[in-house]
Formats: sequence, structure tokens, C-alpha cells
Amino acid sequence: MIWFKKDILTNGDEGKSVKVPIGLWVKCEHCGEIIYKKEVERNLDVCPKCNYHFRISANARLNIVMDEGSFKEFDSHMEPIDGLDFRDLKKYKDRIKSSQKETRLKDAIVTGKGTINGERACVAVFEFSFMGGSMGSVVGEKIARAVEKAIEERCGVVIFSSSGGARMQESILSLMQMAKTSAALAKLKEAGLPYISVVTDPTMGGVTASFAMLGDVIIAEPRALVGFAGPRVIAETIRQKLPEGFQRAEYLLDHGMIDMIVERKLLKDTLSRLLSMLSQNEG
Amino acid sequence: MVYRHWLDFEKPVEEIAKKIEELKSFQAEGATRHADEIAKLEKKAKGLLKDIYAKLTPSQVTLVARHPDRPYTLDYVQNIFDDFIELHGDRCFRDDPAIAGGVARLDGEPVVVIGQQKGRNTKDKVLRNFGMPHPEGYRKALRLMELAERFGKPVFTFIDTPGAYPGIGAEERGQSEAIATNLLVMSRLKVPVIATVIGEGGSGGALAIGVADKVIMLEFSTYSVISPEGCAAILWKDGSKADLAAKALKIEAAELQKLGVIDKIVKEPIGGAHREPETAFRNLKAALTSTLKELKSLDKESLIEARYKKFRSMGVFSEPKIY
Repeated sequence: MIWFKKDILTNGDEGKSVKVPIGLWVKCEHCGEIIYKKEVERNLDVCPKCNYHFRISANARLNIVMDEGSFKEFDSHMEPIDGLDFRDLKKYKDRIKSSQKETRLKDAIVTGKGTINGERACVAVFEFSFMGGSMGSVVGEKIARAVEKAIEERCGVVIFSSSGGARMQESILSLMQMAKTSAALAKLKEAGLPYISVVTDPTMGGVTASFAMLGDVIIAEPRALVGFAGPRVIAETIRQKLPEGFQRAEYLLDHGMIDMIVERKLLKDTLSRLLSMLSQNEG
Repeated sequence: MVYRHWLDFEKPVEEIAKKIEELKSFQAEGATRHADEIAKLEKKAKGLLKDIYAKLTPSQVTLVARHPDRPYTLDYVQNIFDDFIELHGDRCFRDDPAIAGGVARLDGEPVVVIGQQKGRNTKDKVLRNFGMPHPEGYRKALRLMELAERFGKPVFTFIDTPGAYPGIGAEERGQSEAIATNLLVMSRLKVPVIATVIGEGGSGGALAIGVADKVIMLEFSTYSVISPEGCAAILWKDGSKADLAAKALKIEAAELQKLGVIDKIVKEPIGGAHREPETAFRNLKAALTSTLKELKSLDKESLIEARYKKFRSMGVFSEPKIY
């Protein structure tokens, strides 16, 4: 995605070099257009030429959706543990360390509370660049706590998913996070509080097959890939070509799996309108 | 001791078994002097089998869990329960034969039973889709669980699936939503739920009927987030590294009990449930009966709260205190 990965040195006068900042241009993954990065950023990381929605960091997502200065993070110090002493080609411990260094986050999720155009909500946002946004114990625990907090404070929940699914390095404990998060949402439902699930590119596996598909309202970003089994696994299993647009947001909308597709620039307003209409008349 | 399917690591026992068969055929022809030797060999075979099964590797356990002669859900249902009436369909799209369920009696008491069902012969295997459910299967299971709740009957589930089916129809009809809804509803079900992993506990397809008050595993069954082959293909980028993946994933009953994911392990006969199904049925029946008795002492609220806490507490993480 970054066109100029390294600092580019141009020969200036008398051997003086002028630095061009890192990643000044980006290439759109969808239309291939080379675009000035600032222009993409101003456009909420959406390609101005073809409307492709780039994957964005948890932090960028919060900036887009939450009212300025309203966000208070929960459990920011919670860290993953290698409980199974798991090692594939690399040690899980090392994978954690390098992802932490790269993302400056402790794990693949940020949770907290704040307001969206004045509507209170507990939110959880995935960081896809942390081990593919995979769900291990920390992700499950932080989501469950955010949901419990919402019940305590009588507000809605919004979860922005972007995940490859369960984190294999935590094996069965990852699978159990599906049960944990769904159980917490069952309590939220009993409490009569709204939950809006926003599925972004990509949302797969155990994340889709738990909280991501349990929203009172499910919103997808344009072209987001959302499913349980990955398209490659399906193609290999059935040895058939997959239909055009399979598992994309537009396909899911056609098949009745989601409520709506919302462009990033309209997301904040859509969320606040829904939250205000779906809250109970209290007191 | 004639089995249709011997596993590779059972070879030494298979050879003795062949010898026994040979001697027995001589005996049938009128020779009587082999009786002692047959008895000796039978004892030896049993001892050898016991030794082999005492130290199975995780990937060998996987093979036993998938053994083609292993009792399946309907075998347990028919041999543990009485008066089974199978109920069909999700009332929406179709009946999924990969999940079977219905009402039955356990020592006279009406209950609901649900489980993934694999096929025995080729035709049956295809019909049952190798125990891989479609969304309709989960929705049938959900319908039966809600039926159980309405009539205050306990639910017994039997888990035996490689996993959810990776197919176009399964995705189009929302298998993610179907699994997720089961997790949500099961967590609040107002009746006792007891799940038993009888063979393969494969990922989301297994968990979709696995959110239970007590989770039991048969000694040589497995429960995992992904198959060892799938895990090897992704993390080792080499499907043939399944042995390593099986070990790393900790898919055996004893490991899962240590992690707090399952509550009880039920012993299997020497050499696996398929060698002495009657013993396997008897052992599991005893476990199911005592577990149900235990759960019935709780009122509805405590039952649901305990189930919530059970799954709520699964997982490991660290939380350094910052002052």
C-alpha cells in the first residue's frame, strides 16, 4: 500500500539531501490508482477515485466515530499470555512482542466508552494489523467487560470488527471467547440495551460466528469481506468457482444477512441516529 | 477380536489378532490343542493394546476420535436412552441430516437429545455430510433446545463433527449467524444442558451445541479450534505438519480439563469405545445420570448464573496494575 517505503533521498545542491517523508503516495488496492496520501486521509481513508474503503487502524476508527475528547479507554493494560506455550514456525510470545511493537497496542482490540454525536455507548474496535485482528483471550475478555459496563451504565454497545477469526495460538481458549462474548451479549439483550455490529473488511471465522452476527442492527462497510469459512478454503473444498462478489458486503445484503451498507463518511451519523432510536424510554 | 479397521499404530496387535484367527480356524477344523495358545495370545494382545493406548500421541488420539467404527450420536442415543422419537427440520429451509435430535427418556425421565451424526457407509456418509452441519442443522438444534426449555426438559448434546461445512450454501444461508445465535441462546437456556464430546469436537460447528452447564469428553475424543491439518496448513504453511499442530493445539481431554474448558472425562474401554461399545454406553450413561442429578439441585437462576460464570472465566491474560 505504501508506494515509497524508504525515505527517498534526492540530490540537492552541494551534496545536501532533501528528505521526502515516508509513504507520501499510496496505491489503491482496488482501482490501482496512485493517490496522494494526504488526500486519502482527508477522505477518511477512502479512495477518492473508486470509493474503496481502506482498512484503518483502531485509532483512526475512533477518531472518525467518537466525539472529540469523549473517549475513555477500558483495560488498556490487559496483555495476552502464552498459556499453552504455543510454537509454530515462530513462538507465540515472539509474535505478541513484534505485534505490540508494530502497533503500540497490547492486543488486537481497543475498548472504552464515549459519545457518538452525544449518544453514549461502550465501543470495541479491532486492530487488524495486530496478528490479523485475531481473537484470543484478551479480545474476548475486553469485549465481555465492555458489554458488562454498558449494562451497568445503561448504554448501547457498538463493536467494529475486522478480524481473521479465532487466534490459533490460544487454541481452544480462543474458541471459548465466542461463547464468552455471546453470553455477555445475551445479558445485554435481556437488559433491553441496543447492540450495533459494524463489520469491516475482513471479518471472518469465529468473530463472525459470534458477536459480529448478533447485532440488533448489522452494518457493513462497502465491499467488506464477511463470512465464516474463508473463500479459499471453500473453493478448495467444493472445487468450484465462487460466485461473483461472494461474501462481500453487497452479496450479504442481497442474501439478507446484514441490515445495511454504510459509507465511512456517513457511519457516525448513522450510528448516533440508530442509538437514539433504539434506546428505551427511561425514567 | 476381528475389526474392520486397524490403525497403523495398532499393527502389533493386529498381527497377534490374525494369528489368533488362524488358530481358531484350525480349531474349527477339529484341532483342540490350540486353546491354551489362543488364551495366551489373547492376553498378550490385550496387554499390548493397553500399553499402546496408555501413551497415544495427540495425532493418534485424533485417529481414534475419527475411527470409522466408533459409536456415533445415534448409537449413544439408542443405547443410553429409551423411547427416542426423532424430530426433523428447521421449519425454514430443510432437514439437515448432519444433526439429529429429538425427545427420549433417560431412566424414564423425558429429555431432549441433539447431536452431530456421521454416516457409516459411503451413501450414509454423504447423506450426513460427514457430520458437517449446514445452518439448518444448527437451527434445528436451536428449535429443539427451545422446545426443551418450554417444557422444562434437560438437554443432552453429543458433539462429533469435523466442523462447520465450508460451502457456498452454508455461507449464503448464514452459518455464522446460526452458530452465533445458538451460543447466545444456549447461554441463557433455563434448563440443564449437558454436552458430551464423543468423537471430534471441531471448532464453531462443535461449540454451536456446546455451551453447556457441564461439558464431558470421552477419553479418546478431541476438541479444538481448528483441525490439526487446517492449523498446520495455515501456521506451518504445510498440511503435512499436522502432528506438530495436534501437539501444539492441546486437543486431548486431559489437557482441556487442565485448561478448565471441560468438566469431566469418561473412561473408554481398552483400545477405544468401538471395541466394546456396551462398556462405552454404560460408562457414559453413568456420567450423564450423575451429572444431571447434580444440576437438578440448582434453581433456574443459579443454573444460568453458574453457566455464565463458567464461560465468562475461560481464557488467560495478564493485567499489570498501574498506580
